[in-house]
Amino acid sequence: MRKPTNEREMIACRTAQFFQDGNIVNLGIGMPTQCLDFLPDGVDVWVDTENGAIGLAGAPGEGDEFPVDIVDAGGNPSKLRVGGCCFDSFTSFGYIRGGHVDITVLGAYEVDGEGSLANWMIPGKAAAGMGGAMDLVSGSKITIVMTMHCDKKGNPKIVQKTEMPLTGWKVVDYVVTELAVIHITPEGPVLEEISPNTTVEEVVAKTGAKLIVPENVKVMSF
Amino acid sequence: MAKSKVVSLAEAMTHCHDGMTIMLPGFVNCGVSQTLIEGLMQAGIKDLNIISNNTSVKGKGIGKLVHDDRIKHITCSHIGNNEETCAKVVAGEINITFVPQGSLCEKVRAGGAGIGGILTPTGVHTPMQDGKQLLEWDAAAGKYKFVEPDEPQNGARYILETPLHADVCFVHAYKADKMGNVVYHRTARNFNQTFATAADFVIVEAEHIVEVGELDPDEIMTPGALVDLVVQANMED
Repeated sequence: MRKPTNEREMIACRTAQFFQDGNIVNLGIGMPTQCLDFLPDGVDVWVDTENGAIGLAGAPGEGDEFPVDIVDAGGNPSKLRVGGCCFDSFTSFGYIRGGHVDITVLGAYEVDGEGSLANWMIPGKAAAGMGGAMDLVSGSKITIVMTMHCDKKGNPKIVQKTEMPLTGWKVVDYVVTELAVIHITPEGPVLEEISPNTTVEEVVAKTGAKLIVPENVKVMSF
Repeated sequence: MAKSKVVSLAEAMTHCHDGMTIMLPGFVNCGVSQTLIEGLMQAGIKDLNIISNNTSVKGKGIGKLVHDDRIKHITCSHIGNNEETCAKVVAGEINITFVPQGSLCEKVRAGGAGIGGILTPTGVHTPMQDGKQLLEWDAAAGKYKFVEPDEPQNGARYILETPLHADVCFVHAYKADKMGNVVYHRTARNFNQTFATAADFVIVEAEHIVEVGELDPDEIMTPGALVDLVVQANMED
């Protein structure tokens, strides 16, 4: 496994450590798909895509046969690995909502201390639609949000209670950022790990939600 | 021998009219009926109410209908792949109703299967519950009760999503026999299989039209009994 070289790769690498061998995972477009670059040794996962396949194997490279009629959730051509399968949207969303996806990873505008997620609509701005995100978070066994800890203006993205239009209510299990791993529990958000480059005090200061801080907070390892 | 359902594109378009509600299955631009949509363009059909998952990409598939202002209203889950749709929605030129992707498929399935609605946890406590009926499981009573959005939640809560139905559905097939039995290819199947059940009139475009008997009965994904017409897909479209 290669080592992360920047903050975004650190988030992907730490998120991938949640994956267990044989898991069915659904990865949002963009940063979540980077998790596949950092699979722990001995861990192989099957990538589910909402448009009706399990076993996606990334974009075709030079020398690959062009995959006719196989696209990922962004509509881009994708390879399908041996053992992969295709099915209709009805089966796909039954699978998703029915609790058969082990881990869903997606991004956030905001996530709150109760695990409510906002990632599809900013009030006052035109929305492109939620696609399959609301179904994914309502059905997956584990939902992980990967995000930068603060937005570009430095405001916390992990807030006490989000006022934004929700994607899902109390659906997030873990938040992984460049600074921390936060476990959303019924008691509240627990600071489980911090990055080697920060302190508990800095994470608490940059988090809008009131964190539960155990006596020993682990340091992320890569 | 069964009567052939194979017709020309122009003949198929005589079954389409201004103001109709039409299902256009496909995912982004995969499994979209490019030839039949080109037929709508040539026939000048407009004021369409579209039920689809996306609006393809700019200038292709459903994107042609967007570009030429043929659409009044779209029911879909996502338009982010087509910047022209986004701009026309913002400008108020197209009305839009967003439905979560899984709920969209279930609503259409209900429409095609004679089911009065479905209960889904998707979208509870989000803007997707606005104006819809909510049911919550009452464990003590052993039955559902209707609840208001601001009531505290004490059990599993669901949105009652109602069925969707259309006048016409365009289906993109990999292979179809002359009776309209259909085989889809890879992820181009997506919404085609479900949407083909929920319209009064179903027109299939097929990349390959084969003789009756050439398809193995077990490989047929949409029975020809659901299909009214078959048109040869032009892969240039």
